[in-house]
Amino acid sequence: MADPDPTAALLKTPLHALNVELGAKLVPFAGYEMPVSYPRGILAEHRHCREAAGLFDVSHMGQLRLVGDDAAAALETLVPVDIGGLAEGKQRYAFFTNDAGGIRDDLMVTRRADHLFLIVNAACKGDDIAHLRATIASRCAIEPLPEQALLALQGPQAAAVIGRLAPALARLTFMSGAAATVAGIACFATRSGYTGEDGFEISVAARDAEALARALLAEPEVAPVGLGARDTLRLEAGLCLYGHDIDTTTTPVEAALTWAIQKVRRPGGGRASGYPGAAVIERQLAEGAARKRAGLIGLERAPVREGAAIVDAAGIAIGRVTSGTLGPSVGQPVALAYVPSASAVPGTLLDAEVRGKRQPMRVATLPFAPHHYFRG
Amino acid sequence: MPVLYTADHEWIDTSDAAAATVGITVHAQDALGDVVFVDLPSVGATFNKGDVAGVVESVKAAADLYMPVGGEIVAVNEALRADPSLANTDPLANGWFFKVRLSDPTETGALMDQAAYDTLVKNA
Repeated sequence: MADPDPTAALLKTPLHALNVELGAKLVPFAGYEMPVSYPRGILAEHRHCREAAGLFDVSHMGQLRLVGDDAAAALETLVPVDIGGLAEGKQRYAFFTNDAGGIRDDLMVTRRADHLFLIVNAACKGDDIAHLRATIASRCAIEPLPEQALLALQGPQAAAVIGRLAPALARLTFMSGAAATVAGIACFATRSGYTGEDGFEISVAARDAEALARALLAEPEVAPVGLGARDTLRLEAGLCLYGHDIDTTTTPVEAALTWAIQKVRRPGGGRASGYPGAAVIERQLAEGAARKRAGLIGLERAPVREGAAIVDAAGIAIGRVTSGTLGPSVGQPVALAYVPSASAVPGTLLDAEVRGKRQPMRVATLPFAPHHYFRG
Repeated sequence: MPVLYTADHEWIDTSDAAAATVGITVHAQDALGDVVFVDLPSVGATFNKGDVAGVVESVKAAADLYMPVGGEIVAVNEALRADPSLANTDPLANGWFFKVRLSDPTETGALMDQAAYDTLVKNA
């Protein structure tokens, strides 16, 4: 994915003025001027989300609708995921694959009464829309929703907050969604997120976004959280960041995302294959891949960051870190890395090379921090 | 007190030329964010002016710490190693990084005084 031209004017989300008012540190991200942190700082924001409820402006993400009776079958030609079997109000994680079995983007798909609602990555949304138009435009209407903002409310107290403002939403279970009125504002919310915590993602008209954000921030449990803490939260939750942990050169099998490929889309299933790269992915499902994404915990204090080499006992590079930081809740360095599949076994000891020094790490079971999803 | 500054946002207190204290500025720690790790040089190591003598890491990023002057490391701040957040909460005092015996005191002539550094930060 090419980086947007850094000299081009940055786009602003509908919450830009509020972010400035809240004292956000704004940085360029995926072509937008986005809040990386607020005055309390990344560590405090991370902890607040793990202990109370954090409000994230993620309006840079792409939202779109696929409309038409054939939309689910059409989308299944682009993703190795069961869309046809998705019940109304249910949400699923998916990824667009390419002919080599690599990942063009990852996305969330929710079946609504008369359309599929998609949320895609900000940096990919232009390419995703072009890809959809080039492949399935004859089978369903592809309707980008640039006038929608997206807010995420995440944390163990998110449900209590939502329960006061929109009681019906508090009854949703993980990976389901519903239209609702929150603090008098019409929106569509799903019980999902990118932190490992219970919480909601709320799609709302841009013109109403600031009023909704202010209503949520007025609740005592809620504080704003920026993209810096969003990254440490998702990494502790073991969730992939597109463009780093997954991209066009990594397959779902290598990325340890096979849980997202339902049986019906696998060989022998009722709607097997029929998506780009199926031959590669099916071969890897059967035989395994040479390398695999693994979670690594540092045994010393130095953070191990993206790009660090993973080396064997002889000092030969056998892998590479794709995301890494000091996990604020874990209290140790945490990283995601691609390593030979034989080394991707929990308990395996490996070294990461940081500034010419070896940092011992141990392959861990993901997630690093336990998920707290509400499954009813 | 003769505190001088580098363009890389280190400060050095040269009141004791046998053990001048080095740390990072308020501006530096603010730009970095929450400091979670410091890599300090070994006592006895010698460096030239401009050499990388250590690393300071926040949640988001790692930054090199450059020697404001050449010299020998005579002490490092073990309290900072144990609690890196001192670099945020008290960067100009308890959050110091190391002390250096200057090999050439005239090298301080190239450093900025408070007024020059304040201008640099204001225009950053």
